[in-house]
Amino acid sequence: MTTTLEPPGTAATTDTARVELLAGADWTAVCDWSRLTPGRGVAVLLPDGRQAAVFRDSRDAVYAIANQDPFTGAYVLSRGLLGATADGRVYVASPLLKQRFDLSTGECLEDSGVRVAVHPARVARAGVRRR
Amino acid sequence: MTTTKPTLVLVGYGMVGHRFLEALAETGAADRYRVVVLAEEPRPAYDRVALTSYFAGRTAEDLLLAEEGFTDRHGYQVHLSSKVTAVDRTAKAVTTAAGHRLRYDTLVLATGSYPFVPPVPGRDAEGCFVYRTIEDLQAIEAYAAGRTVGAVVGGGLLGLEAAGALLGLGLETHVVEFAPRLMPVQVDEGGGAALRRTIEDLGVVVHTGVGTTAVEVCAGGRAAGMAFTDGSRLDTGLVVFSAGVRPRDALARECGLAVGERGGIAVDELCRTSDPDVFAIGECALAADGRVYGLVAPGYEMARTVAQQLARQAVRPFTGADLSTKLKLLGVDVASFGDAFGSTPGALDVVYSDARAGLYRKLVVSPEGALLGGILVGDAEAYATLRPLAGTGTPLPVPAESLVLPAGLGAPVRLGGAALPDEAVVCNCHNVTKGAVRAAVNGHGCGGVPEVKACTKAGTGCGSCLKLLGTVVDEELAAAGVELDRGLCPCFGQTRAELYEIVRVKRIATHRRLLAEHGRLGGEGCEVCKPTVASVIASLAPELAVSGHILDDEQGALQDTNDHFLANLQRNGSYSVVPRIPGGEITPDKLIVIGEVARDFGLYTKITGGQRIDLFGARVDQLPQIWHRLVAAGFESGHAYGKSLRTVKSCVGSTWCRYGVQDSVAMAIRLELRYRGLRSPHKLKSAVSGCARECAEARGKDFGVIATSNGWNLYVGGNGGATPRHADLLAQDLDDEHLIRLTDRFLMFYIRTADRLERTSAWLERIDGGLDHVRAVVVEDSLGIAADLEALMARHVTDYQDEWAATLADPERTARFVSFVNAPGVPDPSIRFTPERDQLKPDLTVLTTEGELLATLGRTPVLEASR
Ligand code: SRM
Ligand SMILES: Cc1cc2nc3c(=O)[nH]c(=O)nc-3n(C[C@H](O)[C@H](O)[C@H](O)COP(=O)(O)OP(=O)(O)OC[C@H]3O[C@@H](n4cnc5c(N)ncnc54)[C@H](O)[C@@H]3O)c2cc1C
Ligand code: SF4
Ligand code: FES
Repeated sequence: MTTTLEPPGTAATTDTARVELLAGADWTAVCDWSRLTPGRGVAVLLPDGRQAAVFRDSRDAVYAIANQDPFTGAYVLSRGLLGATADGRVYVASPLLKQRFDLSTGECLEDSGVRVAVHPARVARAGVRRR
Repeated sequence: MTTTKPTLVLVGYGMVGHRFLEALAETGAADRYRVVVLAEEPRPAYDRVALTSYFAGRTAEDLLLAEEGFTDRHGYQVHLSSKVTAVDRTAKAVTTAAGHRLRYDTLVLATGSYPFVPPVPGRDAEGCFVYRTIEDLQAIEAYAAGRTVGAVVGGGLLGLEAAGALLGLGLETHVVEFAPRLMPVQVDEGGGAALRRTIEDLGVVVHTGVGTTAVEVCAGGRAAGMAFTDGSRLDTGLVVFSAGVRPRDALARECGLAVGERGGIAVDELCRTSDPDVFAIGECALAADGRVYGLVAPGYEMARTVAQQLARQAVRPFTGADLSTKLKLLGVDVASFGDAFGSTPGALDVVYSDARAGLYRKLVVSPEGALLGGILVGDAEAYATLRPLAGTGTPLPVPAESLVLPAGLGAPVRLGGAALPDEAVVCNCHNVTKGAVRAAVNGHGCGGVPEVKACTKAGTGCGSCLKLLGTVVDEELAAAGVELDRGLCPCFGQTRAELYEIVRVKRIATHRRLLAEHGRLGGEGCEVCKPTVASVIASLAPELAVSGHILDDEQGALQDTNDHFLANLQRNGSYSVVPRIPGGEITPDKLIVIGEVARDFGLYTKITGGQRIDLFGARVDQLPQIWHRLVAAGFESGHAYGKSLRTVKSCVGSTWCRYGVQDSVAMAIRLELRYRGLRSPHKLKSAVSGCARECAEARGKDFGVIATSNGWNLYVGGNGGATPRHADLLAQDLDDEHLIRLTDRFLMFYIRTADRLERTSAWLERIDGGLDHVRAVVVEDSLGIAADLEALMARHVTDYQDEWAATLADPERTARFVSFVNAPGVPDPSIRFTPERDQLKPDLTVLTTEGELLATLGRTPVLEASR
């Protein structure tokens, strides 16, 4: 569940663009698009106290997954580095024990039995919302 | 536990006993029997071979052989501290010291050996010990405290190990050997001479050709000295007897089983005793070939032989074994294999010997030029490839001479696995042939050494065969057309060193561009190449004229979380803070500041192994505040998070120490300030000692400096950690400037040519020519690059800035230090602590489930609260 901005790059210059993610019924504002560094993530506190991790990849797609690392229990996935597999699956590697999680499906690449929750994420610009 | 199964009783739970239990499980025999183990010792089987490492800090637990839950998993009943005192073969039952009686259907004796103590007067005095069990070592350790001299009776392999231990306990150490040379069983005269020389250099006093006539006992009943056959005597309060071992065959003897007249429970090729229901394996057995084997490998084979019978499988009989040994005694390599003494008719010796350097190499070859055996002292590197060749009858592929010459003198030839025939035994411990290894690769599709280890057990014993195993596996994979991928990661086909050259020559300053122009996989990059390339670019920053700050521009996106937040991530998501304390020297005022900061932010405080202080438990949003205080007090980043210089440890040196010959503290500080912040393939550690006593442990460091009366000795390639290695001497008696120049060159050469996460130790072992090559390049400038290397380091020194001060000075860089991007003021509620020993430790319960986390939040909606 990702949104790619086309043409890429334009968003980066449009600082009014905001990143949002869907948790439960409504969209939560994350931060300005410009706050996201390609290849990294940020941690987001959801209204109910849960935590999400929001990432921007090198092609300017945004993703959101649960921030808790299922292997250690620590809320750190937002601090991992992004990577892509040979077949183009974009993942984040946990900064603790380095397991990798597919950002589109939440599936752990080392252990398909393990998954993290995925949230819809989007970039909304100047009031006009696009999916 | 069904009682219908027949009962198998194993007497003795030592190394072979344990291997036997493993083999029972592997062969499936474990399911056919109710297995009961009766062990005399208070703990399950442990690695007796590595017993001495107990003194090097390995605990009794570390030495245990079985992994967690091993016995339960296979339903074995193990009774510790239950010595068997009698066997009743007519009733088929054993009795333990506690008087318990247990019926058996099948009995396996694995009772090992006991140390032989010559019948000299005073042998039982307080202060006399043997060297066999963990309890023995604990007793020696305790008794050595406060004593100054110790002596070992017996200069064999165990005796020398014991001597090493006494030396390590700080005693003046003597070894008394009856034979004319040390290790008479393994080495000949020449080898003995080289060995003696090196061991004496270590400060051990060696007495050969003398016997002990008595242990002199003082009034208190304690040992006070020793008297020898040549009339001389020695004052010593501690005596360790290591005069050989004898099989523990008393049980067998008393129940009427056949035993050899020189001891040992007589067994046939199937390890059956004179009673078909009773087996004997390991050191207690007198094998069919009339030998009692004092080594673990043959015992392992016997264990398998018996397990195979009990599993009703095809049985490999035990017809005898090879007595090859390779050991590191007091840091000296000693190896002997095959027909080491050239007893084969017509055998010829090829010998190289340099007693001064403690080097001795002898190969025994047949008139046809086939290798029969050999002895290596001082450098046993070639052992792994030579041993398997011995006795195979295949003529050596190269002249034997070229194999004994040391490096330098017409560079020694290294044999690859290709030289070996299929029947050659690659792994002695588990008797795995080259053929078996090849089968594992081709047949079972093992794609690398780890797989082959798992599949064949090769390399899982003493480990001495690992290098050879690696080459055999590689050669096999190559032959099978499997392209060995030396690439850094899926994204790059090049090694780190190759990428370094590309970056340097083409002046590429971003990962993006490097990936686009030289990657084999476009796009994102990965968690391996990003930090690696970032590190390369940082090392070359001056050259590339990019910002040296690792959080600037694209660099910020490439760093691992530790570098990204300039701190070390801990298990609960908090970070640790390590200010630099150059050379471990700190003023009381600065010490107080650290204390105050730790107190005010509630940080767990610990003295590290690196002569500085680690403050644990900071949240990301606290890091800038903490560092404001530290920087204000004059502290800098300690780079505990970076692959860069960690610490330069020091000893007090000549300023205070009565022995010191140079100011080691001043030099340590100078080195630490010079190389701080230098990004490298792996972390760099150093130390400076003020004299040869080496209190700073410099030889355990990547680059270590030890004072001499004429200046400094520079050692390189040392390592503690997982695979410890003593650093090698690179250059001697240097003055300050010369020392720094060589160190500059060494470090830059390493940074230029090492692989990712390759410590200097592994690097030195890997690169062609090893130490000699590095010395040529660094000291003699054989590649003519010394000037560049020095210039590069000079740039690093001038461009250095404290990462933390620079970060605090720039809002762009500090912006990232928030727990939540959408709620900057809010602390991360998942980071909680509970008290322990008057400090804090992570509260892991909140991390178990998301429910736990929400529960801790109570009702208050967090976002509102933060507004
Ligand atoms: C804090 C400290 C333990 C302590 O409480 O004393 C420590 C802690 C860690 N060590 Fe260490 N090591 C510490 C001294 C050592 C030493 C002793 C020394 O340096 O004199 C060694 C053996 C010497 C050596 O490295 O050769 C040591 C060998 C390792 C190794 C194994 C390296 C190797 O080559 O085998 C690792 C793992 C690695 O680096 O890959 C490691 C990794 C680590 C890491 C960074 C693991 C991690 O990534 O979280 C630990 C985190 C530190 C932190 O969170 O702040 N640490 N570590 C010591 C910090 C020293 C300092 O002031 O910087
Ligand atoms: C310091 C040291 C270094 C060594 N280095 C090497 C080396 O480098 N290479 C090498 O190949 N070998 C080495 N050895 C030898 C190696 O440890 C032995 O070959 C190996 O331990 C033999 O195994 P085992 O099970 O036969 O005997 P052990 O390991 O001694 O086990 C026998 C066990 O049976 C128990 N036992 C005895 N009688 C009874 C009874 N009546 N009831 C119950 N339990 C009983 C004993 O308490 C002991 O636990 C070394 C030995 C020592 C001490
Ligand atoms: S190494 Fe030498 S100078 Fe330094 S403390 Fe030890 S004994 Fe003293
Ligand atoms: S020879 Fe000991 S593990 Fe292979």
